[in-house]
Amino acid sequence: MTAPHAELEAQIDRWRGYVQRNRAISPADVDELEDHLREQIADRQATGLDDEEAFLVAIKRLGNLDAVSREFAREHSERLWKQLVLVPEGSDNTDASRWRELAVVLTLAVGAGVAVKAGSAWIDDGAALMRNLGLLVFPFLAAYFAWKRRFTAAVAATLTVPFAALAVALNLYPFAPGGATGMLAALHAPVILWLLTGVAYVGGRWRSDKRRMDFVRFTGELAIYYTLLALGGAVLIALTLATLRGIGADFQPVLEEWILPFAVPGALVVAAWLVEAKQQVVENIAPVLTRVFTPLTIAMLLVLLAVLAAAGGVAGIDRNLLILMDAILVLVLCLLLYSISARDPLAPPGLFDALQLVLVIAALAVDAVMLAAMLTRIAEFGSSPNKIAALGLNLLLLVHLLRAAWLAVEFLRGRLPFAAVERWQTRYLPAYGAWAAVVVVIFPPIFGFV
Amino acid sequence: MRIDKDLVAASATPLVLGILADGDLYGYAILKRVSELSGGGMQWTDGMLYPLLHRLERLGYVSSLWGTSDAGRRRKHYTITPAGLDALADRQEQWTVVADALRQVWHTAQGPSAAREGWA
Repeated sequence: MTAPHAELEAQIDRWRGYVQRNRAISPADVDELEDHLREQIADRQATGLDDEEAFLVAIKRLGNLDAVSREFAREHSERLWKQLVLVPEGSDNTDASRWRELAVVLTLAVGAGVAVKAGSAWIDDGAALMRNLGLLVFPFLAAYFAWKRRFTAAVAATLTVPFAALAVALNLYPFAPGGATGMLAALHAPVILWLLTGVAYVGGRWRSDKRRMDFVRFTGELAIYYTLLALGGAVLIALTLATLRGIGADFQPVLEEWILPFAVPGALVVAAWLVEAKQQVVENIAPVLTRVFTPLTIAMLLVLLAVLAAAGGVAGIDRNLLILMDAILVLVLCLLLYSISARDPLAPPGLFDALQLVLVIAALAVDAVMLAAMLTRIAEFGSSPNKIAALGLNLLLLVHLLRAAWLAVEFLRGRLPFAAVERWQTRYLPAYGAWAAVVVVIFPPIFGFV
Repeated sequence: MRIDKDLVAASATPLVLGILADGDLYGYAILKRVSELSGGGMQWTDGMLYPLLHRLERLGYVSSLWGTSDAGRRRKHYTITPAGLDALADRQEQWTVVADALRQVWHTAQGPSAAREGWA
């Protein structure tokens, strides 16, 4: 542009700066809008308007920036999922409300600690306590979201009814001491509770795929924050422990009796709040983390496969190894989900998507080996609650991974949009909840509570 | 004549897909085409076109490619995909049904003025 249009250029620059401050509109979108603005200005100038008039008309036709950015936000919720879900329109973000939130969070965190402490004092049986731990913490996490999202009665009921049913099953079933079904119920109850947390997180709008993806993001960020808190806490505790031991005081009982029962559940509530309030800090790490850990996980799976092959077939795999490998597969799936949630859905297929496909295929191979091992074991030793539960989980994983692999191939070939890949993931999530419910509620009576 | 807002919103997707079915275009050109086709009757808020285009892209109905304009600026061009053509055909059928129904209503009512007298 030549000097006579300097003022116009300055105006466009100011406009750009103003639009860029909006987190729902990415720099590429601003480029697109600027191109539009300049075309409009050029057309107005052609009809005889001067620079300033043309600029004003073009800006006016572009529309109210708030309304436009809200439209962008609705379409690209991944860019600012926090604001979208969190702050209801027109809410005030004053200091007072922030302090009130902190007070609510700390109260709930302490409440969760008190619940766990009271539970461990009243429930003598260690297995029963384990079954109940999730039940003790969940209400406080749910209460935070109930307060934050201003639940309607219907949403509260959607949460309370399954929660109550779960509590009844876990506590009234006559589980045999040391029995497998009681252990399985204790292991699967958190899955149900976590999906209920998801319903709470999305404020009851669990049918929406986008909100479900938001919850996946939330889960990933929560894991990161919780790990950070745990690491920090561990360092503090280790230092205190070492110092007090030097003085000659025994800190161990205090740690086990008081600090851990409060810190571990409390940190969960605090981490949830941190994700809500400060997630911007971690948001930029998510894609980096998934890019680092996807290749590493592929390497791990390949090593596993090689070791299994070298060990000579699937028959020799023992139970503990099978459980460990199940845990690994679940972790791989979490990583997959998290990296899908962190990806820009509009970006064209790239190297990283191919890498993700490799990850899915490696996981499929491991899953197939495990299924073969399990079927051999069942054929050899007969079925047991543990084996059926593991078999069910592996079949669920198999279906999940097979379809994910197929969709990834279609996406890489440019035949499907990334949204199809996302949709499969979010739609499949409730299947895990349903299976966990079967294991908790139906398994014990079928197998005679042993 | 100004077209009602809801009507503009409802027709936006088939209109954009239909325009792109004629050939690749960028945002501003799409809006100009809308304006031409409606004789200036359909005035969109320009900024709203882009979230719509991005939604169509997410749904796989259009694909986009960055290019350069004559003036050397970055410019995003949109192309309709086979899925978009299917969606367009589907919308076309729906609109044909709606338009047919409306035409018949207009005929039986013999114009809005006649209807008003009947109610008065």
